[in-house]
Amino acid sequence: MESFLQQLINGISLGSIYALVALGYTMVYGVLRLINFAHGDVYMLGAYFGFYLSRILQGRTPYHLLDAALVMFLSMLGCAICGLLMERFAYRPVRRASRLTMLIIAIGLSLLIENAGQLIFGANPKFFPQLIPESHIKLGGLMLTNQQVIVLLTAVTLMILLNLFIYRSRTGKAMRAVSFNMDAAKLMGIDTDRIIALTFALGSALAAAGGILVSINIPGIDPLMGVMTGLKAFVAAVLGGIGNIFGAVLGGLILGLAEVMVAGYGSSTYRDAIAFLILIVILLFKPAGLLGKGAVEKV
Amino acid sequence: MLTLSHVSTRYGSIQALTDVSLEVEKGSVATLIGANGAGKSTALRSIMGLCQPHAGEILFEGRKLNKIPTHRIAAMGIALVPEGRAVFANLTVLENLELGGYLQRDGKRLRLDIDHVYEVFPRLKERMAQMAGTLSGGEQQMLAIGRALMAHPRLLLLDEPSLGLAPLMVHAIFDAVDRINREGATVLLVEQNANLALKRSRKAYVLETGRIIMQGDSADLAKDPRVQEAYLGE
Repeated sequence: MESFLQQLINGISLGSIYALVALGYTMVYGVLRLINFAHGDVYMLGAYFGFYLSRILQGRTPYHLLDAALVMFLSMLGCAICGLLMERFAYRPVRRASRLTMLIIAIGLSLLIENAGQLIFGANPKFFPQLIPESHIKLGGLMLTNQQVIVLLTAVTLMILLNLFIYRSRTGKAMRAVSFNMDAAKLMGIDTDRIIALTFALGSALAAAGGILVSINIPGIDPLMGVMTGLKAFVAAVLGGIGNIFGAVLGGLILGLAEVMVAGYGSSTYRDAIAFLILIVILLFKPAGLLGKGAVEKV
Repeated sequence: MLTLSHVSTRYGSIQALTDVSLEVEKGSVATLIGANGAGKSTALRSIMGLCQPHAGEILFEGRKLNKIPTHRIAAMGIALVPEGRAVFANLTVLENLELGGYLQRDGKRLRLDIDHVYEVFPRLKERMAQMAGTLSGGEQQMLAIGRALMAHPRLLLLDEPSLGLAPLMVHAIFDAVDRINREGATVLLVEQNANLALKRSRKAYVLETGRIIMQGDSADLAKDPRVQEAYLGE
Protein backbone atom coordinates (compact mmCIF):
# COMPACT_ATOMS: atom_id res chain seq x y z
CA MET A 1 0.00 0.00 0.00
CA GLU A 2 2.74 2.40 0.97
CA SER A 3 4.70 1.53 -2.10
CA PHE A 4 1.60 2.16 -4.17
CA LEU A 5 1.14 5.60 -2.57
CA GLN A 6 4.79 6.29 -3.22
CA GLN A 7 4.33 5.40 -6.88
CA LEU A 8 1.21 7.49 -7.01
CA ILE A 9 3.11 10.55 -5.84
CA ASN A 10 5.95 9.89 -8.27
CA GLY A 11 3.44 9.50 -11.06
CA ILE A 12 1.63 12.73 -10.27
CA SER A 13 4.94 14.55 -10.01
CA LEU A 14 6.12 13.28 -13.41
CA GLY A 15 2.65 13.83 -14.83
CA SER A 16 2.55 17.45 -13.72
CA ILE A 17 5.75 18.06 -15.66
CA TYR A 18 4.30 16.45 -18.77
CA ALA A 19 1.26 18.62 -18.20
CA LEU A 20 3.35 21.81 -18.14
CA VAL A 21 4.93 20.91 -21.47
CA ALA A 22 1.65 19.63 -22.94
CA LEU A 23 0.02 22.99 -22.17
CA GLY A 24 2.38 24.68 -24.62
CA TYR A 25 1.49 22.24 -27.39
CA THR A 26 -2.18 22.62 -26.77
CA MET A 27 -2.20 26.43 -26.50
CA VAL A 28 -0.27 26.92 -29.72
CA TYR A 29 -2.46 24.37 -31.44
CA GLY A 30 -5.47 26.27 -30.14
CA VAL A 31 -4.56 29.57 -31.78
CA LEU A 32 -2.74 28.37 -34.94
CA ARG A 33 -3.83 24.74 -35.47
CA LEU A 34 -0.12 23.98 -35.53
CA ILE A 35 1.77 21.19 -33.77
CA ASN A 36 4.90 23.03 -32.72
CA PHE A 37 7.36 20.15 -32.84
CA ALA A 38 10.12 22.42 -31.61
CA HIS A 39 8.32 22.78 -28.29
CA GLY A 40 10.16 19.86 -26.67
CA ASP A 41 13.42 21.56 -27.54
CA VAL A 42 12.33 24.71 -25.77
CA TYR A 43 11.96 22.52 -22.69
CA MET A 44 15.58 21.44 -23.20
CA LEU A 45 16.67 25.06 -23.60
CA GLY A 46 14.93 25.83 -20.33
CA ALA A 47 17.01 23.19 -18.56
CA TYR A 48 20.22 24.58 -20.08
CA PHE A 49 19.34 28.17 -19.22
CA GLY A 50 18.75 26.88 -15.70
CA PHE A 51 22.11 25.09 -15.72
CA TYR A 52 24.10 28.18 -16.72
CA LEU A 53 22.09 30.56 -14.56
CA SER A 54 22.59 28.30 -11.53
CA ARG A 55 26.32 28.54 -11.95
CA ILE A 56 26.09 32.31 -11.88
CA LEU A 57 23.39 32.76 -9.31
CA GLN A 58 23.80 29.91 -6.88
CA GLY A 59 24.66 31.23 -3.42
CA ARG A 60 24.03 34.84 -4.37
CA THR A 61 20.97 35.16 -2.18
CA PRO A 62 20.71 34.08 1.45
CA TYR A 63 18.15 31.36 0.69
CA HIS A 64 18.40 28.28 -1.52
CA LEU A 65 14.76 28.59 -2.42
CA LEU A 66 15.23 32.16 -3.55
CA ASP A 67 18.20 31.10 -5.68
CA ALA A 68 16.07 28.42 -7.25
CA ALA A 69 13.13 30.75 -7.81
CA LEU A 70 15.38 33.30 -9.46
CA VAL A 71 16.95 30.69 -11.74
CA MET A 72 13.53 29.41 -12.65
CA PHE A 73 12.07 32.84 -13.33
CA LEU A 74 14.97 33.96 -15.52
CA SER A 75 14.98 30.69 -17.46
CA MET A 76 11.27 31.04 -18.08
CA LEU A 77 11.87 34.56 -19.29
CA GLY A 78 14.68 33.38 -21.57
CA CYS A 79 12.50 30.68 -23.09
CA ALA A 80 9.60 33.08 -23.47
CA ILE A 81 11.91 35.22 -25.59
CA CYS A 82 12.95 32.14 -27.59
CA GLY A 83 9.26 31.40 -28.13
CA LEU A 84 8.68 34.94 -29.38
CA LEU A 85 11.62 34.70 -31.77
CA MET A 86 10.41 31.34 -33.08
CA GLU A 87 6.95 32.72 -33.73
CA ARG A 88 8.17 35.91 -35.32
CA PHE A 89 10.86 34.52 -37.60
CA ALA A 90 9.88 30.91 -38.28
CA TYR A 91 6.08 30.74 -38.16
CA ARG A 92 4.69 34.20 -38.84
CA PRO A 93 6.20 34.47 -42.34
CA VAL A 94 4.38 31.27 -43.37
CA ARG A 95 1.12 31.92 -41.51
CA ARG A 96 -0.80 32.13 -44.79
CA ALA A 97 0.94 29.14 -46.35
CA SER A 98 -0.51 25.64 -46.13
CA ARG A 99 -0.54 23.90 -42.82
CA LEU A 100 1.93 21.35 -44.14
CA THR A 101 4.48 24.13 -44.69
CA MET A 102 4.23 25.16 -41.05
CA LEU A 103 4.56 21.56 -39.90
CA ILE A 104 7.71 21.05 -41.95
CA ILE A 105 9.13 24.28 -40.56
CA ALA A 106 8.35 23.03 -37.06
CA ILE A 107 10.26 19.80 -37.67
CA GLY A 108 13.17 21.69 -39.24
CA LEU A 109 13.27 24.12 -36.35
CA SER A 110 13.33 21.25 -33.89
CA LEU A 111 16.30 19.61 -35.64
CA LEU A 112 18.05 22.96 -35.80
CA ILE A 113 17.70 23.60 -32.07
CA GLU A 114 18.78 20.06 -31.18
CA ASN A 115 21.89 20.19 -33.32
CA ALA A 116 22.77 23.74 -32.41
CA GLY A 117 22.37 22.61 -28.80
CA GLN A 118 24.88 19.83 -29.31
CA LEU A 119 27.25 22.28 -30.92
CA ILE A 120 26.94 24.96 -28.26
CA PHE A 121 26.32 23.02 -25.05
CA GLY A 122 28.27 19.90 -26.06
CA ALA A 123 26.71 16.52 -26.73
CA ASN A 124 27.70 15.02 -23.39
CA PRO A 125 25.21 15.16 -20.55
CA LYS A 126 25.77 17.84 -17.95
CA PHE A 127 25.05 17.58 -14.28
CA PHE A 128 22.40 20.03 -13.16
CA PRO A 129 23.57 21.64 -9.91
CA GLN A 130 21.60 20.90 -6.80
CA LEU A 131 19.77 24.14 -6.21
CA ILE A 132 18.07 22.98 -3.06
CA PRO A 133 19.87 20.63 -0.67
CA GLU A 134 17.93 17.41 -0.39
CA SER A 135 16.13 16.61 2.81
CA HIS A 136 13.56 13.97 3.59
CA ILE A 137 10.06 14.44 4.77
CA LYS A 138 8.26 11.58 6.47
CA LEU A 139 4.55 11.56 5.86
CA GLY A 140 2.99 8.58 7.64
CA GLY A 141 4.82 5.67 6.15
CA LEU A 142 5.77 7.66 3.08
CA MET A 143 9.20 8.99 2.41
CA LEU A 144 9.26 12.14 0.30
CA THR A 145 12.12 14.39 -0.61
CA ASN A 146 11.65 18.12 -0.23
CA GLN A 147 12.49 18.39 -3.92
CA GLN A 148 9.54 16.24 -4.91
CA VAL A 149 7.26 18.44 -2.86
CA ILE A 150 8.68 21.62 -4.39
CA VAL A 151 8.37 20.28 -7.93
CA LEU A 152 4.76 19.31 -7.38
CA LEU A 153 3.80 22.55 -5.68
CA THR A 154 5.48 24.68 -8.34
CA ALA A 155 3.84 22.82 -11.20
CA VAL A 156 0.42 23.06 -9.59
CA THR A 157 0.88 26.77 -8.82
CA LEU A 158 1.87 27.52 -12.41
CA MET A 159 -1.15 25.65 -13.74
CA ILE A 160 -3.49 27.53 -11.40
CA LEU A 161 -1.96 30.85 -12.48
CA LEU A 162 -2.34 29.93 -16.13
CA ASN A 163 -5.93 28.95 -15.53
CA LEU A 164 -6.69 32.26 -13.82
CA PHE A 165 -5.01 34.12 -16.65
CA ILE A 166 -6.94 32.34 -19.39
CA TYR A 167 -10.34 32.36 -17.73
CA ARG A 168 -10.30 35.61 -15.77
CA SER A 169 -8.19 38.17 -17.60
CA ARG A 170 -9.12 40.30 -20.57
CA THR A 171 -6.14 39.01 -22.54
CA GLY A 172 -7.00 35.42 -21.65
CA LYS A 173 -10.49 35.97 -22.97
CA ALA A 174 -8.97 37.37 -26.18
CA MET A 175 -6.80 34.26 -26.42
CA ARG A 176 -9.85 32.02 -26.20
CA ALA A 177 -11.57 34.15 -28.83
CA VAL A 178 -8.60 33.85 -31.18
CA SER A 179 -8.50 30.10 -30.73
CA PHE A 180 -12.21 29.84 -31.51
CA ASN A 181 -12.37 32.11 -34.55
CA MET A 182 -9.44 34.25 -35.61
CA ASP A 183 -11.37 36.48 -38.02
CA ALA A 184 -14.13 37.17 -35.51
CA ALA A 185 -11.48 38.03 -32.92
CA LYS A 186 -9.95 40.57 -35.29
CA LEU A 187 -13.38 42.14 -35.75
CA MET A 188 -13.49 42.75 -31.99
CA GLY A 189 -10.39 44.89 -32.33
CA ILE A 190 -8.08 42.18 -31.00
CA ASP A 191 -4.54 42.35 -32.35
CA THR A 192 -4.33 38.65 -33.14
CA ASP A 193 -0.62 38.76 -33.99
CA ARG A 194 0.10 39.97 -30.48
CA ILE A 195 -2.08 37.28 -28.92
CA ILE A 196 -0.40 34.55 -30.98
CA ALA A 197 3.04 35.81 -29.96
CA LEU A 198 1.96 35.89 -26.34
CA THR A 199 0.70 32.31 -26.62
CA PHE A 200 4.12 31.17 -27.80
CA ALA A 201 5.80 33.10 -25.00
CA LEU A 202 3.56 31.63 -22.32
CA GLY A 203 3.84 28.07 -23.62
CA SER A 204 7.63 28.37 -23.85
CA ALA A 205 7.88 29.73 -20.31
CA LEU A 206 5.89 26.77 -19.01
CA ALA A 207 8.14 24.38 -20.93
CA ALA A 208 11.18 26.03 -19.34
CA ALA A 209 9.63 25.52 -15.92
CA GLY A 210 9.10 21.87 -16.83
CA GLY A 211 12.73 21.52 -17.91
CA ILE A 212 14.03 22.92 -14.65
CA LEU A 213 11.66 20.97 -12.42
CA VAL A 214 12.72 17.75 -14.14
CA SER A 215 16.36 18.63 -13.68
CA ILE A 216 15.83 19.18 -9.95
CA ASN A 217 14.61 15.58 -9.66
CA ILE A 218 16.78 13.95 -12.32
CA PRO A 219 19.87 16.12 -12.70
CA GLY A 220 21.36 14.77 -15.97
CA ILE A 221 20.62 17.11 -18.88
CA ASP A 222 21.59 16.74 -22.53
CA PRO A 223 20.68 18.52 -25.78
CA LEU A 224 18.36 15.71 -26.86
CA MET A 225 16.43 15.50 -23.60
CA GLY A 226 13.53 17.35 -25.21
CA VAL A 227 12.92 14.73 -27.88
CA MET A 228 11.32 12.02 -25.78
CA THR A 229 9.68 14.37 -23.26
CA GLY A 230 8.37 16.50 -26.11
CA LEU A 231 6.82 13.47 -27.79
CA LYS A 232 5.28 12.29 -24.54
CA ALA A 233 3.88 15.71 -23.75
CA PHE A 234 2.47 15.80 -27.26
CA VAL A 235 0.81 12.44 -26.59
CA ALA A 236 -0.54 13.88 -23.34
CA ALA A 237 -2.04 16.83 -25.21
CA VAL A 238 -3.65 14.53 -27.80
CA LEU A 239 -4.87 12.20 -25.08
CA GLY A 240 -6.62 15.05 -23.28
CA GLY A 241 -7.93 16.56 -26.50
CA ILE A 242 -5.58 18.91 -28.27
CA GLY A 243 -6.55 22.55 -27.94
CA ASN A 244 -8.14 21.90 -24.54
CA ILE A 245 -6.31 23.33 -21.51
CA PHE A 246 -7.80 20.96 -18.94
CA GLY A 247 -7.24 18.12 -21.37
CA ALA A 248 -3.51 18.81 -21.41
CA VAL A 249 -3.33 18.67 -17.62
CA LEU A 250 -5.45 15.51 -17.45
CA GLY A 251 -3.48 13.86 -20.26
CA GLY A 252 -0.19 14.74 -18.58
CA LEU A 253 -1.26 13.26 -15.27
CA ILE A 254 -2.57 10.06 -16.85
CA LEU A 255 0.61 9.64 -18.83
CA GLY A 256 2.86 10.26 -15.84
CA LEU A 257 0.93 7.82 -13.68
CA ALA A 258 0.81 5.17 -16.40
CA GLU A 259 4.53 5.44 -16.95
CA VAL A 260 5.45 5.20 -13.28
CA MET A 261 3.04 2.32 -12.68
CA VAL A 262 4.36 0.36 -15.66
CA ALA A 263 7.92 0.90 -14.48
CA GLY A 264 7.05 0.07 -10.87
CA TYR A 265 4.84 -2.98 -11.34
CA GLY A 266 5.73 -4.19 -14.80
CA SER A 267 9.09 -3.65 -16.34
CA SER A 268 10.87 -0.35 -16.71
CA THR A 269 11.80 -1.48 -20.23
CA TYR A 270 8.29 -0.58 -21.26
CA ARG A 271 8.02 2.80 -19.56
CA ASP A 272 8.53 4.71 -22.79
CA ALA A 273 6.36 2.33 -24.79
CA ILE A 274 3.26 2.95 -22.69
CA ALA A 275 2.93 6.55 -23.90
CA PHE A 276 2.77 5.46 -27.51
CA LEU A 277 0.48 2.55 -26.74
CA ILE A 278 -1.87 5.11 -25.19
CA LEU A 279 -1.53 7.28 -28.30
CA ILE A 280 -2.51 4.41 -30.58
CA VAL A 281 -5.46 3.45 -28.42
CA ILE A 282 -6.78 7.00 -28.15
CA LEU A 283 -6.44 7.61 -31.88
CA LEU A 284 -8.32 4.38 -32.59
CA PHE A 285 -11.18 4.86 -30.17
CA LYS A 286 -11.49 8.54 -29.35
CA PRO A 287 -9.43 10.55 -31.82
CA ALA A 288 -10.69 13.89 -30.45
CA GLY A 289 -9.17 13.04 -27.06
CA LEU A 290 -10.78 12.60 -23.66
CA LEU A 291 -12.09 16.16 -23.32
CA GLY A 292 -11.95 17.20 -26.97
CA LYS A 293 -15.11 17.75 -28.89
CA GLY A 294 -15.69 17.42 -32.57
CA ALA A 295 -16.35 20.87 -33.97
CA VAL A 296 -20.07 21.50 -33.65
CA GLU A 297 -21.46 24.65 -35.15
CA LYS A 298 -25.02 25.75 -34.75
CA VAL A 299 -26.69 27.35 -37.72
CA MET B 1 -19.16 58.33 -44.66
CA LEU B 2 -18.07 55.19 -46.47
CA THR B 3 -16.96 55.26 -50.06
CA LEU B 4 -15.82 52.39 -52.24
CA SER B 5 -14.40 53.49 -55.55
CA HIS B 6 -13.57 50.99 -58.28
CA VAL B 7 -12.84 48.19 -55.83
CA SER B 8 -11.82 44.80 -57.18
CA THR B 9 -11.11 41.84 -54.93
CA ARG B 10 -10.03 38.30 -55.69
CA TYR B 11 -11.09 35.44 -53.52
CA GLY B 12 -8.42 32.82 -54.12
CA SER B 13 -8.26 32.67 -57.89
CA ILE B 14 -11.85 33.83 -58.32
CA GLN B 15 -12.61 37.42 -59.21
CA ALA B 16 -15.17 38.15 -56.49
CA LEU B 17 -15.62 41.90 -56.93
CA THR B 18 -15.08 43.88 -60.12
CA ASP B 19 -14.95 47.65 -60.16
CA VAL B 20 -17.42 48.14 -57.33
CA SER B 21 -18.24 51.72 -56.38
CA LEU B 22 -20.74 52.65 -53.71
CA GLU B 23 -21.39 55.27 -51.12
CA VAL B 24 -23.06 55.12 -47.75
CA GLU B 25 -24.29 58.44 -46.36
CA LYS B 26 -23.87 59.30 -42.73
CA GLY B 27 -26.91 58.39 -40.66
CA SER B 28 -28.56 56.33 -43.40
CA VAL B 29 -29.35 52.69 -43.93
CA ALA B 30 -28.00 51.44 -47.24
CA THR B 31 -28.37 47.95 -48.59
CA LEU B 32 -26.48 45.70 -50.91
CA ILE B 33 -28.68 42.99 -52.38
CA GLY B 34 -27.91 40.17 -54.73
CA ALA B 35 -28.05 36.42 -55.14
CA ASN B 36 -25.94 33.89 -53.32
CA GLY B 37 -22.33 34.17 -54.46
CA ALA B 38 -22.75 37.64 -55.99
CA GLY B 39 -19.90 38.94 -53.84
CA LYS B 40 -21.87 40.65 -51.08
CA SER B 41 -19.88 39.14 -48.22
CA THR B 42 -16.63 39.79 -50.04
CA ALA B 43 -17.57 43.47 -50.23
CA LEU B 44 -18.00 43.64 -46.45
CA ARG B 45 -14.87 41.60 -45.83
CA SER B 46 -12.92 43.96 -48.09
CA ILE B 47 -14.10 46.96 -46.08
CA MET B 48 -12.95 45.28 -42.84
CA GLY B 49 -9.60 44.26 -44.30
CA LEU B 50 -10.37 40.55 -43.95
CA CYS B 51 -9.59 40.32 -47.63
CA GLN B 52 -7.49 42.78 -49.56
CA PRO B 53 -8.74 44.45 -52.72
CA HIS B 54 -6.12 44.42 -55.47
CA ALA B 55 -7.53 47.56 -57.03
CA GLY B 56 -9.59 50.52 -55.97
CA GLU B 57 -9.91 52.52 -52.83
CA ILE B 58 -12.00 52.26 -49.68
CA LEU B 59 -12.50 55.43 -47.66
CA PHE B 60 -14.09 55.77 -44.24
CA GLU B 61 -14.66 59.32 -43.02
CA GLY B 62 -12.03 60.38 -45.51
CA ARG B 63 -9.41 57.90 -44.32
CA LYS B 64 -8.14 55.16 -46.58
CA LEU B 65 -8.78 51.65 -45.24
CA ASN B 66 -6.80 49.62 -47.76
CA LYS B 67 -3.96 47.64 -46.13
CA ILE B 68 -4.91 48.65 -42.59
CA PRO B 69 -5.12 45.55 -40.36
CA THR B 70 -8.63 44.47 -39.39
CA HIS B 71 -8.28 45.15 -35.67
CA ARG B 72 -7.31 48.76 -36.38
CA ILE B 73 -10.26 49.22 -38.74
CA ALA B 74 -12.49 47.94 -35.93
CA ALA B 75 -10.91 50.50 -33.62
CA MET B 76 -11.72 53.26 -36.12
CA GLY B 77 -15.43 52.71 -35.51
CA ILE B 78 -16.63 50.06 -37.96
CA ALA B 79 -18.22 46.84 -36.76
CA LEU B 80 -19.13 43.83 -38.87
CA VAL B 81 -21.74 41.29 -37.86
CA PRO B 82 -20.46 38.43 -39.98
CA GLU B 83 -22.46 35.95 -41.97
CA GLY B 84 -23.32 32.93 -39.85
CA ARG B 85 -22.98 35.22 -36.82
CA ALA B 86 -19.61 33.80 -35.66
CA VAL B 87 -20.36 34.15 -31.96
CA PHE B 88 -17.72 32.66 -29.69
CA ALA B 89 -19.64 29.46 -28.97
CA ASN B 90 -17.33 28.26 -26.21
CA LEU B 91 -17.69 31.51 -24.26
CA THR B 92 -20.67 32.73 -22.30
CA VAL B 93 -23.05 35.38 -23.61
CA LEU B 94 -21.58 37.88 -21.15
CA GLU B 95 -18.01 37.05 -22.21
CA ASN B 96 -18.99 37.52 -25.85
CA LEU B 97 -20.29 40.99 -25.04
CA GLU B 98 -17.16 41.80 -23.03
CA LEU B 99 -15.08 40.83 -26.05
CA GLY B 100 -17.20 43.11 -28.18
CA GLY B 101 -16.07 45.86 -25.83
CA TYR B 102 -12.47 44.64 -25.93
CA LEU B 103 -11.14 48.11 -26.68
CA GLN B 104 -13.07 49.66 -23.79
CA ARG B 105 -10.66 49.52 -20.86
CA ASP B 106 -12.87 51.42 -18.44
CA GLY B 107 -14.74 48.74 -16.50
CA LYS B 108 -17.57 51.06 -15.46
CA ARG B 109 -18.29 52.13 -19.03
CA LEU B 110 -18.14 48.48 -20.10
CA ARG B 111 -20.91 47.65 -17.58
CA LEU B 112 -23.04 50.51 -18.91
CA ASP B 113 -22.55 49.34 -22.49
CA ILE B 114 -23.54 45.80 -21.54
CA ASP B 115 -26.67 47.16 -19.84
CA HIS B 116 -27.52 49.05 -23.00
CA VAL B 117 -27.23 45.87 -25.08
CA TYR B 118 -29.46 44.06 -22.56
CA GLU B 119 -31.99 46.83 -22.98
CA VAL B 120 -32.00 46.43 -26.77
CA PHE B 121 -32.08 42.62 -26.50
CA PRO B 122 -33.63 41.65 -23.13
CA ARG B 123 -33.36 37.98 -24.15
CA LEU B 124 -29.59 38.19 -23.85
CA LYS B 125 -29.83 39.24 -20.23
CA GLU B 126 -31.79 36.10 -19.40
CA ARG B 127 -29.12 34.03 -21.12
CA MET B 128 -26.02 35.88 -19.94
CA ALA B 129 -24.37 32.97 -18.15
CA GLN B 130 -25.11 30.47 -20.92
CA MET B 131 -22.54 29.33 -23.46
CA ALA B 132 -23.20 31.21 -26.70
CA GLY B 133 -23.17 27.92 -28.63
CA THR B 134 -26.32 26.79 -26.82
CA LEU B 135 -28.41 29.75 -27.99
CA SER B 136 -31.00 29.48 -30.76
CA GLY B 137 -30.15 30.92 -34.17
CA GLY B 138 -32.13 34.09 -33.50
CA GLU B 139 -30.57 34.60 -30.09
CA GLN B 140 -27.13 34.12 -31.62
CA GLN B 141 -27.95 36.82 -34.15
CA MET B 142 -28.99 39.12 -31.29
CA LEU B 143 -25.74 38.34 -29.55
CA ALA B 144 -23.70 38.98 -32.69
CA ILE B 145 -25.37 42.38 -33.14
CA GLY B 146 -25.14 43.18 -29.43
CA ARG B 147 -21.47 42.27 -29.46
CA ALA B 148 -20.92 44.63 -32.39
CA LEU B 149 -22.79 47.41 -30.56
CA MET B 150 -20.42 47.14 -27.62
CA ALA B 151 -17.78 48.96 -29.67
CA HIS B 152 -20.09 51.96 -30.33
CA PRO B 153 -19.60 51.64 -34.08
CA ARG B 154 -20.35 54.69 -36.19
CA LEU B 155 -20.76 52.31 -39.11
CA LEU B 156 -22.43 48.93 -38.65
CA LEU B 157 -22.04 46.31 -41.38
CA LEU B 158 -24.59 43.50 -41.27
CA ASP B 159 -24.10 40.36 -43.33
CA GLU B 160 -27.36 38.46 -43.93
CA PRO B 161 -28.89 39.00 -40.50
CA SER B 162 -32.14 37.31 -41.58
CA LEU B 163 -30.51 34.11 -42.77
CA GLY B 164 -32.19 31.01 -41.36
CA LEU B 165 -34.45 32.87 -38.92
CA ALA B 166 -38.18 32.57 -38.39
CA PRO B 167 -40.19 35.56 -39.71
CA LEU B 168 -41.06 36.80 -36.23
CA MET B 169 -37.41 36.77 -35.23
CA VAL B 170 -36.42 38.52 -38.47
CA HIS B 171 -38.75 41.39 -37.58
CA ALA B 172 -37.39 41.62 -34.08
CA ILE B 173 -33.86 41.80 -35.47
CA PHE B 174 -34.75 44.46 -38.02
CA ASP B 175 -36.59 46.53 -35.44
CA ALA B 176 -33.43 46.47 -33.39
CA VAL B 177 -31.42 47.56 -36.42
CA ASP B 178 -33.83 50.48 -36.92
CA ARG B 179 -33.33 51.49 -33.33
CA ILE B 180 -29.56 51.26 -33.62
CA ASN B 181 -29.74 53.47 -36.71
CA ARG B 182 -31.96 56.01 -34.93
CA GLU B 183 -29.45 56.06 -32.08
CA GLY B 184 -26.86 57.31 -34.51
CA ALA B 185 -25.12 54.43 -36.27
CA THR B 186 -24.94 54.34 -40.04
CA VAL B 187 -25.86 50.91 -41.40
CA LEU B 188 -24.80 48.96 -44.45
CA LEU B 189 -26.99 45.91 -44.79
CA VAL B 190 -26.24 42.94 -46.99
CA GLU B 191 -29.25 40.74 -47.68
CA GLN B 192 -30.57 37.98 -49.86
CA ASN B 193 -34.03 38.86 -48.65
CA ALA B 194 -34.36 41.79 -51.03
CA ASN B 195 -37.96 42.51 -50.15
CA LEU B 196 -37.15 43.18 -46.55
CA ALA B 197 -33.89 44.97 -47.28
CA LEU B 198 -35.50 47.41 -49.72
CA LYS B 199 -38.26 48.20 -47.21
CA ARG B 200 -35.82 48.94 -44.45
CA SER B 201 -33.23 51.00 -46.33
CA ARG B 202 -32.98 54.36 -48.05
CA LYS B 203 -30.50 53.57 -50.78
CA ALA B 204 -29.79 50.25 -52.47
CA TYR B 205 -27.20 48.63 -54.70
CA VAL B 206 -27.73 45.43 -56.66
CA LEU B 207 -24.73 43.19 -57.00
CA GLU B 208 -24.51 40.49 -59.66
CA THR B 209 -21.43 38.29 -60.17
CA GLY B 210 -19.23 40.86 -58.51
CA ARG B 211 -20.50 43.97 -60.32
CA ILE B 212 -22.95 46.66 -59.32
CA ILE B 213 -25.64 46.42 -61.96
CA MET B 214 -28.24 48.79 -60.49
CA GLN B 215 -28.39 51.42 -57.82
CA GLY B 216 -30.81 54.02 -56.56
CA ASP B 217 -33.38 54.84 -53.91
CA SER B 218 -34.67 51.67 -52.33
CA ALA B 219 -38.29 52.66 -52.93
CA ASP B 220 -37.62 53.14 -56.66
CA LEU B 221 -35.70 49.89 -56.99
CA ALA B 222 -38.50 48.00 -55.28
CA LYS B 223 -40.80 49.17 -58.12
CA ASP B 224 -38.32 48.39 -60.88
CA PRO B 225 -39.59 45.43 -62.94
CA ARG B 226 -36.10 43.96 -63.37
CA VAL B 227 -35.54 43.92 -59.63
CA GLN B 228 -39.01 42.56 -59.03
CA GLU B 229 -38.45 39.73 -61.45
CA ALA B 230 -34.96 38.79 -60.36
CA TYR B 231 -35.04 39.41 -56.62
CA LEU B 232 -38.55 39.95 -55.37
CA GLY B 233 -40.11 36.89 -56.99
CA GLU B 234 -43.01 38.75 -58.50
